Amino acid sequence: MASSPENVSQAQLLAEAADAAPTRQSSLWRDAWSRMIRNKLAVIGMIIVAVFVLTAIFAEFIAPYGQAEVVHYTLKETKPSWHFPMGIDQNGRDVFSRIVYGARVSLLVGVVAQLIVLAIGVPIGAVAGFYSGKIDNALMRVVDVFYAVPQLLLVLLLVNMLGPGMRNIFIAIGVTGWVTMARLVRGVMLSNREQEYVKAARVAGAGSGYIIVRHMLPNSLTPIVVALTFGIPQAIFIEASLSFIGVGIRPPQPSWGQMVGAGQAYVQSVPHLLLFPCLAIAMTMLAFTFLGDGLRDALDVRMND
Amino acid sequence: MVAFIIKRVLWFIPTILAISAVTFIVMNLTPGSPFQPAGANNLREDIIKQIEAQYGLDKPLPVRFVTYLSKAVRGDFGESYSRRPQKVNDIIRRGFPVSLHLGAMALAMATVGGLALGILSAVNQNGIIDYISATFAILMFSVPSFVLGILLLILFVIWIPDWTGWKFFRVGGWDSPRDWVLPTIALGAGPLAQLARYTRSSMIDVIRSDYVRTARAKGLAERKVILKHVLKNALIPVVTLIGPLFAALGTGSFFVEQVFRVPGIGVHFVTSMSTKDHPMIMAVVLLYGVFLAVMNLLVDIMYGIIDPRIRLSGREG
Repeated sequence: MASSPENVSQAQLLAEAADAAPTRQSSLWRDAWSRMIRNKLAVIGMIIVAVFVLTAIFAEFIAPYGQAEVVHYTLKETKPSWHFPMGIDQNGRDVFSRIVYGARVSLLVGVVAQLIVLAIGVPIGAVAGFYSGKIDNALMRVVDVFYAVPQLLLVLLLVNMLGPGMRNIFIAIGVTGWVTMARLVRGVMLSNREQEYVKAARVAGAGSGYIIVRHMLPNSLTPIVVALTFGIPQAIFIEASLSFIGVGIRPPQPSWGQMVGAGQAYVQSVPHLLLFPCLAIAMTMLAFTFLGDGLRDALDVRMND
Repeated sequence: MVAFIIKRVLWFIPTILAISAVTFIVMNLTPGSPFQPAGANNLREDIIKQIEAQYGLDKPLPVRFVTYLSKAVRGDFGESYSRRPQKVNDIIRRGFPVSLHLGAMALAMATVGGLALGILSAVNQNGIIDYISATFAILMFSVPSFVLGILLLILFVIWIPDWTGWKFFRVGGWDSPRDWVLPTIALGAGPLAQLARYTRSSMIDVIRSDYVRTARAKGLAERKVILKHVLKNALIPVVTLIGPLFAALGTGSFFVEQVFRVPGIGVHFVTSMSTKDHPMIMAVVLLYGVFLAVMNLLVDIMYGIIDPRIRLSGREG
């Protein structure tokens, strides 16, 4: 969402004011924050993401039953009711509790997979962008090959090799996802390399490694942060897709995608089995998109989709 | 331009080779024999070895890879392991037209809808149309295709027939628009939204540029400015989105086909992996890989044709 013209001019005024102010250290983030909270959709996204994170962390306290606890043996009344707000699933378990625990799986996959992507992608992208030449060429060839195949397809192949389970999903997403991050960091590095602050640092006698880590990476932080906000839902989406077709999170541990996949057989008789996890996935993805869009506008990052 | 095309076509070969090599290695590293049935009836070790030898699985990996490639180049993808004695070629011949049909309809919907929505919102920037279309686009953009598919399925195939008795949409076949509409929407909505968002921002960039201001200043009608000046330049970057769009349609179709039980090849993709049906996995991956590579190539060539700056400077660098 684009901010309206008034917002832009206010933001500019704010930015100028902040420039003049003595607290220059945090002015970028403070400006971004003030722009963020003016963007209604971004705020909605932030709130939903906050609820999602809190649910994931405090799942034990929120869920009335265990993540795979059978609470209802007869399966007579599976529809949502006062006691079971989202109904009972095909194995007599409380759907609401499983949704709550599913949030933990989604969050974990999103965050850990992105940490792996960061750990691999940022150093490679930084080195390739800074030194160019052969390393850069080699990287771009690898990127070409990775880009020729959709990530989901590669992840499917890898997970089939490694077997299902959360750890293997982390690995598969990390191994296939770093290219995007490396390409992004490389691009930022390439454009920053010729800037004056880098020359100044070099004249002052700083080594290449020092310049990359202390000067250039902090200056590349905003696009990386925005890429992360879009990368987390991407990882959540991949986990949901894998679990949906039965090669993701292993039962009885619940995951939203797996609940949808397992409920498919019962869609005619008990559609709510699929409805609630579908809504959970949709809401989470939507919230992250709102947040990412808001962050991108607030930090004024230009990205090629 | 010719040199550029030749270079891109040549680059095609190592890409496809790399994809097939990676798939081949990963597939063969997957533990377990493709001929060991899942379930209680375990076959004896020596019998499995015998069947494997019949399919040449006892030979070393590089030999098998070369044998496979030499056959694949001649258009022979072998016999499916899990659906013996069916030929992979036959399975694909049956399923691919269906998948292609679905993909083409989704692409048509995404292109027409996405461009229209993007242009309308850019022209009415921050107006009511922009607001509605942005909300719609962000919804479609973030909801995965299988989730959208299931929501559509619940609504149109289960709830609405229950409430009203109107049973128009069906699942499980591919004969008439009654089967086509829902999968097409589920598959096309995401790409449509992506295209709309991208078109909008690209248009807005161009609308702000100096030459558009000049065109307006010299008194050109707004309609003419948009159609003659803005649209032409704004659509150039949009072309780059077509490659990723095809990828999204391709992978999206596995899931959408699964949700609506469409008899395409998407279903084989998933089942072939879980049954370790090596010839089927290779065929499907190669099919997608080649298809995407050809599309990306066409996009690159098209890009070179519509934007002279790229042709002159070359794409690298």
